[in-house]
Amino acid sequence: MQKEAAIREPLILGHKTYHDVTEDVCKPIEDKAPRMWYILFSIALIIGLYGVGSICYLLGTGIGVWGLNKTIGWAWDITNFVWWVGIGHAGTLISAVLLLFRQKWRMAINRSAEAMTIFAVFMAGTFPLIHMGRLWVGYWVLPLPNHFGSLWVNFNSPLLWDVFAISTYLSVSLVFWYIGLIPDFATIRDRAKKPVSKRMYSILSFGWSGRAKHWNRFELVSLVLAGLATPLVFSVHSIVSFDFATSVVPGWHTTIFPPYFVAGAVFSGFAMVQTLLLVMRKAMKLEAYIHTKHVEYMNIVIMVTGSIVGTAYITELFISWYSGVEYEAYAFLNRATGPYWWAYWSMMTCNVISPQLMWIRKLRRSLLFTFFISIIVNIGMWFERYVIIVTSIHRDYIPAAWSMHYPSHIDIAVYIGTIGLFFTFFLLFARYFPVLALNEIKTILKGSGQSYKESPDYHKHH
Amino acid sequence: MADKIIYAMYGDDEVLKSSAKKLVSNGIKIAEVYSPFPVHGIDPIIGVKGTRLGIMAFLYGLTGLTLATIGMRYFMVLEWKMNIGGKPNFSYVENILAFIPVSFEFTVLCAAHGMAITYLLLNRTLPGMKAQNPDPRTTDDKFVMEIRLSDQSVGEDKIDELLKDTGFEELEKKITE
Repeated sequence: MQKEAAIREPLILGHKTYHDVTEDVCKPIEDKAPRMWYILFSIALIIGLYGVGSICYLLGTGIGVWGLNKTIGWAWDITNFVWWVGIGHAGTLISAVLLLFRQKWRMAINRSAEAMTIFAVFMAGTFPLIHMGRLWVGYWVLPLPNHFGSLWVNFNSPLLWDVFAISTYLSVSLVFWYIGLIPDFATIRDRAKKPVSKRMYSILSFGWSGRAKHWNRFELVSLVLAGLATPLVFSVHSIVSFDFATSVVPGWHTTIFPPYFVAGAVFSGFAMVQTLLLVMRKAMKLEAYIHTKHVEYMNIVIMVTGSIVGTAYITELFISWYSGVEYEAYAFLNRATGPYWWAYWSMMTCNVISPQLMWIRKLRRSLLFTFFISIIVNIGMWFERYVIIVTSIHRDYIPAAWSMHYPSHIDIAVYIGTIGLFFTFFLLFARYFPVLALNEIKTILKGSGQSYKESPDYHKHH
Repeated sequence: MADKIIYAMYGDDEVLKSSAKKLVSNGIKIAEVYSPFPVHGIDPIIGVKGTRLGIMAFLYGLTGLTLATIGMRYFMVLEWKMNIGGKPNFSYVENILAFIPVSFEFTVLCAAHGMAITYLLLNRTLPGMKAQNPDPRTTDDKFVMEIRLSDQSVGEDKIDELLKDTGFEELEKKITE
């Protein structure tokens, strides 16, 4: 068994046994849902349905119901798309990259972070699909034989790369997540008393029995999927950034975009994980598994990626001047001092200044402060995409075509609606699925659990 | 053929491992171990070989890469030479940069899904399958060792004697058809 230094903070607090771990995770699923869950679920569902209604109205009427115009052809839709995809980057990063680096603290958060990833990518995918206006022909983005017209899809286009990247990312994350869930569903199945839930979890657990050979395969599959998902995470947001970087719009045409977008995605993804987990650990009484140390680790990730993002902002500014291209220089000057200055400075404050506060140990270990910063970062990252997208195109090469973007009621409703749907899915997940990776937590109980670390024979094994 | 199965249940993975070691060194063959989580180090003791699923993943990935290359070459170079910004696709190699993202994504797509499907089929874990663990507690905190009498060269008494001091919590014997 792998041992770690006794001076490291234990990852699992309290004197837990294997059975306690099962109890703690399964209890919220088996008990009646608290009243608060119903209240939150109803609010999320109402907001979500309002969004669905707005989408139906949009599809019935046309894209004209959005605040787009002839100059600004992309605004809230793509901003929201990139924002959601970015949020969807934390889950796979936690479960894949941290698995490859053997970071054990990920085991407390990977399940819910992956769930969040999947729901976030669902929300992201909504925007390009509805922006097509004719949702029912959405499958035309696939390379289908050309009796639909005279052409194949364009494989030279970053928009098509995006189709492949997002759909691969979504489906691979889903498979990765589900393969980890199967043994945990089996645990719930074997504890279930009511016939309906027994039947449901039997189906979901695929008849998992926990044989030695199956565990052997399970571990290898997890490792290889992590190996595949790691470059995938980096490729997805790089490709999203190509949507802009390969164009010739000043402010978009930048080689720094791929790494800068990936860092920003991880930054916003971890912030969303913090927002959700800080509430979830309290509501589901999981404080022993997700505690200050986990929050601190995530805050360090936020600090590092936030610094990368900050560096990228400043690099962009410098290069726009240093390039000597007056259009490029104007695009950045306009961002900071033009009509959208407030968006630019919101972005700067939220994304550059706030993560730097995490250098202070006391702050990054404060749960309340972390929650506050996580919201700030999410707001900041939304503004980042809005600034990049709208301020770059609202004043193009011909001053006669200059324009402003004002979101319509439907713009706002669809965006808020996706947030509602996201929380609806997440609340359902928290109610019916094991929110911690039971089988993984049990493997680190002896190496990183508090009672084992404090036991007198802990050092004997060395 | 009638067979007798002995299930020995343990409450700790370390105890299970030392017990398995003892039995195996005395020539007993352990048919199966059921555990709530992967017990590291049990595989070599009971003779479970490493899986070759990794090789399968590589082959699926290679298939994906090949398909993507063939597909894009056909769509973009042979069937319909699209002229984008005055840069027509006359050869695949000269335009390969534009084809790298989709090649990569499709490789990962095929490798990941191919391996996941193979994994589920090999394990026979599919929707609707019946669970086969001998005791529901093996998915919670218990570890069960399965010994089949027909596999052994020694008698049941000898196995009982060996098991006696291994620290099991429960012992169950079952006769199967």
